[in-house]
Amino acid sequence: MTGIDWLILGLYFVFVLGIGVVLKGSVKTSTDFFLAGRAIPAWVCGLAFMSANLGAQEVIGMGASGAKYGIATSHFYWIGAIPAMVFVGIFMMPFYYGSRARSVPEYLRLRFDEKTRGLNAISFAVMTIFSSGISMYAIAKLIQTLHVFDGVFRRLGLNSSWIFDFAIVISAIVVLVYTFLGGLSSAIYNEVLQFFLIVAGFLPLSYLGLKNVGGWSGLKATLGPSFTHSWRGMGHANTNRLGVEWFGLVMGLGFVLSFGYWCTDFLVVQRAMAAKSMSAARRTPLIGAFPKMLFPFLVILPGLIAIALPTQPADPRTGVVANAPPGKGIIPVKVDATSGATMLDKDGKPQLDYDLAVPSMLLHYFPPGLLGLGLTALLASFMSGMAGNVTAFNTVWTYDIYQSYIKPGATDEHYLWMGRASTVFGIAFSIGAAYMANHFNNIMDMLQLVFAFVNAPLFATFLLGMFWKRTTGHAAFSGLLAGTAAAAIHHGLTLPAEALPGIKGGWLAIIHNYPSEMAQNFWTAIFAWSTCFLVTIVVSLLTRAPEESKLVGLVYSLTPRPEEEPLAWYARPASLAIMVVAGTVLLNIIFW
Amino acid sequence: MGIDIRLPLGALFSLLGLILIVYGAISDPTRYQQSLGININVDWGIVLLAFGLLMLLLARRGARSAASAVRKP
Repeated sequence: MTGIDWLILGLYFVFVLGIGVVLKGSVKTSTDFFLAGRAIPAWVCGLAFMSANLGAQEVIGMGASGAKYGIATSHFYWIGAIPAMVFVGIFMMPFYYGSRARSVPEYLRLRFDEKTRGLNAISFAVMTIFSSGISMYAIAKLIQTLHVFDGVFRRLGLNSSWIFDFAIVISAIVVLVYTFLGGLSSAIYNEVLQFFLIVAGFLPLSYLGLKNVGGWSGLKATLGPSFTHSWRGMGHANTNRLGVEWFGLVMGLGFVLSFGYWCTDFLVVQRAMAAKSMSAARRTPLIGAFPKMLFPFLVILPGLIAIALPTQPADPRTGVVANAPPGKGIIPVKVDATSGATMLDKDGKPQLDYDLAVPSMLLHYFPPGLLGLGLTALLASFMSGMAGNVTAFNTVWTYDIYQSYIKPGATDEHYLWMGRASTVFGIAFSIGAAYMANHFNNIMDMLQLVFAFVNAPLFATFLLGMFWKRTTGHAAFSGLLAGTAAAAIHHGLTLPAEALPGIKGGWLAIIHNYPSEMAQNFWTAIFAWSTCFLVTIVVSLLTRAPEESKLVGLVYSLTPRPEEEPLAWYARPASLAIMVVAGTVLLNIIFW
Repeated sequence: MGIDIRLPLGALFSLLGLILIVYGAISDPTRYQQSLGININVDWGIVLLAFGLLMLLLARRGARSAASAVRKP
């Protein structure tokens, strides 16, 4: 990195921290800190809703999947996000926002009982700490691999092995300062800033790359149909790059996993709860869905271009690349961190380090100046994702764990103080988790697996809770446990192709082989959801029905329809939903 | 509450745009072979500056209409 790149990065830090400092003055109560005073306009919440989910792992991971699977990766957006975002805005937000619950676990207490809330609050709190730790680890590793700080470290006479620690500490401190000072509003405002920075940093990459390979038609000619069609070959798992058939994709990803995340994860729902009115809260996920729909062009496309480019840099004067067979592109091979040797797959061919697809593209196309902006965008994506975890953690910790089980009945001032304190120790724990990820990769893989088991059945509980008034607390609790157990058992009995029994599955016995890990994941989710759904229904019918008077505002059939604010026709939630769905259908047809 | 986010957004992007334009104009043109011969710093700097100014303009308008809304009961 040169001086100009540092200037851009420094400017970003000044603004991010500045927002925290300015907003400090407006934080007076715990509601200001945890819910941004419920005063944020819809478009700001909408962009934050999308941005909090857009961590560095997503930017890096979606580029990597683009290089590996092609444009079919867009299913994670068009099938795996948009329908759920529309559903949460139109159908679920009236209960989240209308119940005045301060968090998703608190909604579960209002609707069901204490034990269901406790289960959700504790698993969610642990999960946020580990996921922000894992993303912190990922960004530090990336900075180390790209050698962005090496020059400065050499000049300052510092040991370059400290770069990993430096990257972790600096990013943690920045996020800490602005969330500590301004709470959720500071996180949300920064997420909007970060959203635009991510666009500003990645849009020129897609533009230059696409121009270089001769546009979409050039990309199609170079890579062939398996990379450039999202639905073709989805009839059978063996005829597409993802290794999943359409039913597993639509039900597993599009229904269970996607709805489970977008409709129940407090990290995103919190952004909508901060909105200034019911209609703003409902519009939040819908507004977020518009950029979400187009993000494949920013984060997936560079991955495809990276694999399409010839390994030798093209002649810069002629620009357009001659047709080259699908190959490595500019993606480097995977190198073992300790030995420095190239890692080989089972056929003895070198493995590609797909995670470096997007970073390699940045270094390939961006001159000093824009490179600083690109790296800032990468860092911004990391920070927005991390702040999302941190603000969700401090809220769930303070309201759902501390206030409920440790110290009820304290003053609001005390809880505000606890919110700030938990921001500090939440980040400290995340740093611990980042180092744990660095030393014990297997533990992290196992934890992520356990979280997947806990999350998979969640949407069944919410769906029944919100739309069937007969659902009882005992049923919700036992359904969640049964769903998690079903996920674990299914994982233990199946194995993806080319994997060994263990962390990848098959640790009980192998009764079924899946064509890919993705197919196994999707089907694990389907089993978990169905089990939770059935068990919740059966146990509900066996237990005493809840009193209807207590469910007003929490269940669909007992809640008056939300009053429509006088908005222009195009700004109403229903109109936005129709536009988003129509746009998504159109994109699916174009990239069929 | 607090601030109008369009204000810092506009200020940041205007500054980023200016920095890229100035740097792009004075930097060595041969550097831009890697960006396909396009001086992407200048070009993208102009886009960012325009976006920044637009945000500042909207923020000013917003503040004005808010002020007049307060005056009118």
